[in-house]
Amino acid sequence: MKSIDELNLPEDYRYAEDHEWAKLEGDKVTVGLDDYAQDQLQAIVYVELPQVGDSFKKGEPFGVVESVKAVVDCYMPLGGEIIAVNTALVDSPGLVNESPYDEGWMIDIKPTDLTEMDTLYTRAGSQSGKLS
Amino acid sequence: MGDGLRTTKLYDWHVAQGAKMAAFGGYEMPLWYPAGPRKEHLAVLTKVGIFDTSHMAVVMVSGSGAFDLLQLCFTRDLRRCIGKSNAPLSPGKCTYGAFLNDRGGVIDDSIVCQIGPDLYMAVVNAGMGRPISAHLIEHRGQRAIEITDLTDQLGKVDVQGTGSGRIMERLLLKPEQVLDGMPYFNCKGYFDVKSPYADAVRLNDGTPIIVSRTGYTGEFGFEIFVAADYTIRLWKMILGAGEDFGIQPCGLAARDSLRTGAMLPLSHQDIGSWPFINNPWPFTLPYDADQTGYTKDFIGRGALENLTSPEYTYAFVGYDVRKVAVSEDNPLVLDRGNHPIGIVLTCVSEMGIGRHGNRIYSISSPDKPDGFVPRGLSCGFIKVKTKLAPGEIVLLRDARRETKVEIVEDIRPDRTACSSMKLMLQL
Repeated sequence: MKSIDELNLPEDYRYAEDHEWAKLEGDKVTVGLDDYAQDQLQAIVYVELPQVGDSFKKGEPFGVVESVKAVVDCYMPLGGEIIAVNTALVDSPGLVNESPYDEGWMIDIKPTDLTEMDTLYTRAGSQSGKLS
Repeated sequence: MGDGLRTTKLYDWHVAQGAKMAAFGGYEMPLWYPAGPRKEHLAVLTKVGIFDTSHMAVVMVSGSGAFDLLQLCFTRDLRRCIGKSNAPLSPGKCTYGAFLNDRGGVIDDSIVCQIGPDLYMAVVNAGMGRPISAHLIEHRGQRAIEITDLTDQLGKVDVQGTGSGRIMERLLLKPEQVLDGMPYFNCKGYFDVKSPYADAVRLNDGTPIIVSRTGYTGEFGFEIFVAADYTIRLWKMILGAGEDFGIQPCGLAARDSLRTGAMLPLSHQDIGSWPFINNPWPFTLPYDADQTGYTKDFIGRGALENLTSPEYTYAFVGYDVRKVAVSEDNPLVLDRGNHPIGIVLTCVSEMGIGRHGNRIYSISSPDKPDGFVPRGLSCGFIKVKTKLAPGEIVLLRDARRETKVEIVEDIRPDRTACSSMKLMLQL
């Protein structure tokens, strides 16, 4: 298990209490699980993703990540419509462990209210918050 | 540490390796090492794994009344429990069964090994040394018998997987004397220098051990018992000898998924306070030839013969790797009409198997299809109020989801536990 110092929490991402990350690019927000979550879960063996076109509010579950030892819900860090899902995770769920911020991304959202991004933690915030 | 948990001699080693530790049976034990439970599980199926199982307890039963007392307290009929020919237990043989209370419920399951005439070793689960000893003492009557609880006085290390025979060859002073022709469920040696049995098995440095061709993974391998102070040395010797074979330290998570795939119950979870009958382990009861009566009297028999509301335990396999979460509450089992019929006892991800066509293959199946990569399947045990047949479909429901699973007679195919020693030493 990684210590806080060993966690990779890139500066240009925002982090939710439940360890989803969100990254804004243009008017699209990409969402995945942060390094802490993947490290805690260990060997992820199955990822359940929503359908493109589904809409969820901030805090609603959009998917399920299953590891050898645990099954956890993933929550929307901000509300919006699903505009893409990472279908590579169907065959290679381990990408969430190997590359949580890049190849292991889960969904793209068209956000309903971009100001919800401001409710998320920056890296510094996340370390003083739930992770500590 | 903390919470009054006990530790094994290998605790510091586990922590130094970065193991994720957790409480189990009153001990703080490794759940997994940095490799993770999936790799650990697969290492046992394809190479070899090493487990610290020193949290388990050993109770020695000796004296002229030992056989009689075990006949009364243990479910196996020791006069006819070995092999298809129903041979008696004899020195060097082991048998698996359970200690029941008078309600037919399981106090604990155990492998009983006969070390010598009038000397038996009952290997029980973590924390069970004292209750099993107390149970035996309670029923000893006038028998001449000595019961010794060796909890925390022995180290136990399991080496499991195809490479384990070659590793043992490197560790033992006289490997051919120990291993040649050693069948499944046989044991040799002793852990006490002063014992007349100690000379049968010694490590290269002279340390006497018990080697038993048993385990909790369903794969070819050994359980090794040694005086507690030698545990670390033994562990490091095995790791050294196993390096060439890709040996992987394995924690409790891999142990749990491997044993489930091998159809082995976890005591106090898959077997427990309810009557020990109508389950996938009928061979542990002393049935007569036509399976209608018992060949001996034993504690719990009356309750098993007079069930008021029978329940049935079955193994299941899912269609993908998705589990129901048993840790939160026992999930429900529903029949096809959505009526609740029972509860889930165990549900794990067996990462070494997958479905292909209408069959399940293992990563180590000799006839697996070209390019077969196991995606893993959920599997485990359920306890229900109605009889089910292999091939029947039931639903498992937890707070999150419903999962369709199939009732099966076996889970992971092509297990190596019973493979011939000769073959395994040639690998």
